[in-house]
Amino acid sequence: MDCRVALCQMRPQLGVIDSNLKAHHAWLDQSIAAGAQLAVFPELSLTGYFLRDLTQEIAMRLDDPRILELIARSHVCSIVFGLVEESSDHRFYNSVVFAEDGKILQVHRKVHLPDYGIFEEGRYFAAGKHFLPVESKLGRFGLLICEDAWHMSSSWIHFLNGVDALLVPVASPARGIDTDEPEMSSQKSWRTLADAQALFFQTWVLRCNRVGFEDGTMFWGGSSVTSPFGATVAEAHAEEEDLLVYHLTSEPLKRARIQTPLLRDAKPELVRVHLARLLEDPDALRVCEP
Amino acid sequence: MSKLPPPPGCNVALTERVLVRFLREETQRIGMTHAVLGLSGGIDSALVVELAVRALGAENVLAVAMPYRESHPDSLRLAQDSAAHAQVQLEVADITPMADGYLANNPDLQDTSLAAVRLRRGNIFSRLRMTTLYDRSAQNHALVFGTSNKTELMLGYGTQHGDMASGINPIGDLYKSQVVALSRHLGVPSAIIERPPSADLWAGQTDEDELGFAYDAIDALLFRLIDRRQSRDSLLAEGFAANFIDSISERVRINQYKRLPPLIAKVAARTVNLDYRYARDWGT
Repeated sequence: MDCRVALCQMRPQLGVIDSNLKAHHAWLDQSIAAGAQLAVFPELSLTGYFLRDLTQEIAMRLDDPRILELIARSHVCSIVFGLVEESSDHRFYNSVVFAEDGKILQVHRKVHLPDYGIFEEGRYFAAGKHFLPVESKLGRFGLLICEDAWHMSSSWIHFLNGVDALLVPVASPARGIDTDEPEMSSQKSWRTLADAQALFFQTWVLRCNRVGFEDGTMFWGGSSVTSPFGATVAEAHAEEEDLLVYHLTSEPLKRARIQTPLLRDAKPELVRVHLARLLEDPDALRVCEP
Repeated sequence: MSKLPPPPGCNVALTERVLVRFLREETQRIGMTHAVLGLSGGIDSALVVELAVRALGAENVLAVAMPYRESHPDSLRLAQDSAAHAQVQLEVADITPMADGYLANNPDLQDTSLAAVRLRRGNIFSRLRMTTLYDRSAQNHALVFGTSNKTELMLGYGTQHGDMASGINPIGDLYKSQVVALSRHLGVPSAIIERPPSADLWAGQTDEDELGFAYDAIDALLFRLIDRRQSRDSLLAEGFAANFIDSISERVRINQYKRLPPLIAKVAARTVNLDYRYARDWGT
């Protein structure tokens, strides 16, 4: 792995696809000008986040000409962007597309849909079922959308798939100002999470958050790059649009995995045995059932 | 309730940044550049005017003081101090002729020894102020900035379609104690910060007398009840008295109607706000 990645910390307009598409092209221009080979956009970057009943109205099929126009630009710079994807059987997914060389390499449909607090994704979206690695010319990537990253199992699957970097488009709302901490509680949690994932799974973690307000809720930005040693090595401005460009290489991955060979020593077969037992034993499953 | 836990803290620098961005972005995205707000001489509106000038620039903020002839003279003087500190234009719009016109036609509103009459008069004054602000809003193409804090909203301590009415409200998620902390940070004149909070709807009224509890105690309780979703048992264990927890909890419940738009009888397939659901910022 040896590539320059741009995290496009943008402010989408809520439900205004044409304007957001234009913005994507402009951010892509900037990324290319900065020498990036991969541009990553936030979750639902083409649509905005609190869509509610707009969800179905602004959904797009993957062969939508507007999407194809964006994908066509991935010859110069690979692109990861977010949209509401309508499947051929009219299910609606919170998806990100990884496009490269003018083609879709992979679509990741968000698996873990938050449906609590201010979130109501379970009401509107169908859940994805897979965590598959993206075999890109730039490296092997694992895609996680926001809440996916809060379930360690998601990153663990990517870890076992041997990814070099986790790409995590998010739409993280700012909340928690009731302490003297220098940052919001949501900001602190995400930093802890990214550091821990990088440390446990010895991978680059690239989180791209959006900015701007929707109905009074602020998305706080602060997109970041975490090294395979679990240290935040680059961070975009909080709260403002920003382009963060970072050069990823294999060297720290190799050093981290020599220093502590967690991937070599992982025991997925042992987990399989335990999981099988848990899934077969109704008593052991009490935590999952009423 | 001698050793109650403290009210919630507040990261004032961070909160200032978020609220200023909120006012700027939520105003400008609907094509507006100006704001109007009422200045009462109290801490809530003094804080909002400080935030408003940081968001939009002092030249784009119109403050309106709306005294009634029975208002405490300190209220207008402190509103003037607040406007001067924020360097905004202050209009004084006396509501006395409007209010007295209404009161003269309603003789049962004369006997202010009756609590119910005081409350009705207070609501009338509050709604006449709202009428004035919304007219100024149309006159100046300016968005009305709200000044109700979270403590008031939770307790329903405000007048529906009166002081609770606004276009956008920067401090509705801040408890009173957090309003005080942020006001200190932004340099709100100390005479305003130290003045006992009052709606000034009748002579000698103070919020804490009327509510029956001190704001710090109420905020300590509400923060744990609302934000942390603590159980009654854990609140008792922290030293809150049972009658305090229960009376505040009940007050929060019975005032839920004030925090929501009116109920609509559902008869159609899609009903406003029930299953016709769009963000207000839709399309911006």
